[in-house]
Amino acid sequence: MNAVAKLRIRRGSLDESSRFDNFEVPYESGMSVLDALRWIRIHRDSTLGIRYSCINANACKTCMALVDGEVEYTCMVKLKPALITVEPLPKRRLIRDLITDIVSEDEKA
Amino acid sequence: MARVSADVLIVGAGAAGMYAAIAAARAGAAVMLVDKGQIGRGGATVMAQMTVAAALAEEEPDSVALHLEDTTKAGRGLCNEELAALVCSEGPKRIREMEEWGTRWARERGRIKQAIAPGHSVKRCCYVDFLNTGPAVAATLRRKITEFEKIRRISNLAVVEILARAGRAIGAIALDLPNDQFIAIDAPAVVLAAGGLTKLYARNSASANMGGEAYALALWAGAELVDMEFVQFFPIGHLAPRLVGMDPIMWDPFRYKLGGKLLNGQFEEFIDRYGSTDFGQYHATRDIAAYAILKEVEAGRGTPHGGAYLDFRHIPEKDLRAAFGPVIDRLLNNGIDLSRMPVEVGPMAHYHMGGIRVDVNMRTRIEGLYAAGEAVGGSNGANRLSGNAITEAFVFGERAGAAAADHANASSRRWDEELAQESNMRLDRFCHASDDNGSAPIVLQTELQQQMWDLAGPFRTGDKLSAALARIKEMKHNLEHLRIGAEQRFNLDVQDGFELRAMITIAETVVQAALSRTESRGAHQREDFPLTDYQLIKNQVLELRDGELLCRWAQPVRLDRSQLENPLVP
Repeated sequence: MNAVAKLRIRRGSLDESSRFDNFEVPYESGMSVLDALRWIRIHRDSTLGIRYSCINANACKTCMALVDGEVEYTCMVKLKPALITVEPLPKRRLIRDLITDIVSEDEKA
Repeated sequence: MARVSADVLIVGAGAAGMYAAIAAARAGAAVMLVDKGQIGRGGATVMAQMTVAAALAEEEPDSVALHLEDTTKAGRGLCNEELAALVCSEGPKRIREMEEWGTRWARERGRIKQAIAPGHSVKRCCYVDFLNTGPAVAATLRRKITEFEKIRRISNLAVVEILARAGRAIGAIALDLPNDQFIAIDAPAVVLAAGGLTKLYARNSASANMGGEAYALALWAGAELVDMEFVQFFPIGHLAPRLVGMDPIMWDPFRYKLGGKLLNGQFEEFIDRYGSTDFGQYHATRDIAAYAILKEVEAGRGTPHGGAYLDFRHIPEKDLRAAFGPVIDRLLNNGIDLSRMPVEVGPMAHYHMGGIRVDVNMRTRIEGLYAAGEAVGGSNGANRLSGNAITEAFVFGERAGAAAADHANASSRRWDEELAQESNMRLDRFCHASDDNGSAPIVLQTELQQQMWDLAGPFRTGDKLSAALARIKEMKHNLEHLRIGAEQRFNLDVQDGFELRAMITIAETVVQAALSRTESRGAHQREDFPLTDYQLIKNQVLELRDGELLCRWAQPVRLDRSQLENPLVP
């Protein structure tokens, strides 16, 4: 047992060249990709940039990223006990790591 | 530090905050509506998939007085009856106003459908199909607020301190998350609508972002809190298998409707061991269900994830499909086939009855400072009646927004740049002085959540609460030694650090109030004081004095019931 999921995560901001960081996360059946990203923030690297609010209901719609090349809500896509690649949304302006600019212009400070 | 200004600043953009923004704009105020997440997409509202209670009398005769009676009965003698009466009397207006704005309450034969829910003496709870109430309500309000030019919306702006001088609010300092810098907000009226404190607990059913900030902001500014010991734990929240796309409290109506069996880890029925019977009826009350589940876990008879099984396998598949509707497919997508497997459920933090102490106009004792929604304390007493949470978000939001606008229209600005700069420097030191030997704030948040679950959860003892208090006091010192990353944009360590600061402050209020209440009443259950003490039909009021938390007892606010209107007839 003790299955492991491997995540390859694109990191960096607009001002720097991006890099991939690799993380191993303990895997449990049914886990979401967001569960894994939150686990990484608590147990490995709190500076990993991700955006989320409702965690598990696909209600807040703020946790979108590219998972293995597909646009997904990371809370809704299931983790696999294998390697997955997570990247920021390609068509949004990058802020940092997986955080992109998804806020409409009239809602900015 | 940049400075912006508004007549009314609203902190938090769930149902209460958005309703407050509309009411304030209708009253002519220039509104700034801010949320640390995205406007209308965070907090409790979007997660509330269940029902909204209001005496609409569409299905059967009902009245404001009857709704109030059910509400105060659930509150076990501690409701602020003026606030509760406001919820019950204004609820119907707000529900109908929401419908005019586009919320499609489920209707049948021309009438709004109203369901019965635990604790209600008539069919009173309306909803949006299927399990879509909160998201639908949030969508309606998100659309509505864009119709007002007077409402300025700002996402990803976290208010971290209310500026108050001489007992009067003058604005706030907020953290602009994308740019990691502080902004000063000059506003003569501030409405705190940032929800409850479910994030204090390892097991909770709400969004990840309510760490009690509304309460902490009020307390630090000099306002009072009330009833902080009363955290509502939902008995059969979903534990496993991992379920996404659903509200974790979704099982309750199905359990009642279909007769879902509660079984321990050895697949035995166990409710009858705890003074109730469940055989064939499945009507054990929520408090007994919660107690029985946790006692079985303590005795080593829990399920793998530390709860009980909820089993529908004895129900014919066609009945399951009829009851669950399209939800059955959402469950299958999560790998959950109810005709073949039980799910694991257990108590989890769901809602907070306590909160900011206000009058019927949502005013705190700090002039210009208001509260709305779950941030308000007292209306629900020791236990909230199901369905009242969204209703109070609408009602208190509307009331707070209108009152705050009136106050702003009638008062002059009293900005104090020196106070703002002093606050800015202190906050900047707090969040940018990193200690490489310290812990990241999210690590300490996780520890606090576990401590609160283990030591100040659904069933409490003096010993456990004292241990929790000691640990919380240690953690206060850790706040000076946080390890904070150096990111210039969207620094999550900084955001987490401010959340942690509020969480620790509010954890102390919950534990302190729970320690002083040496009885069991409603949601506050003490294993060392299992009986209800009729000397303690009193509320606990908390305030900070010279940085120390003080608790005192106060008589509940009562209402002259003769003022309530007569029954409504459908």
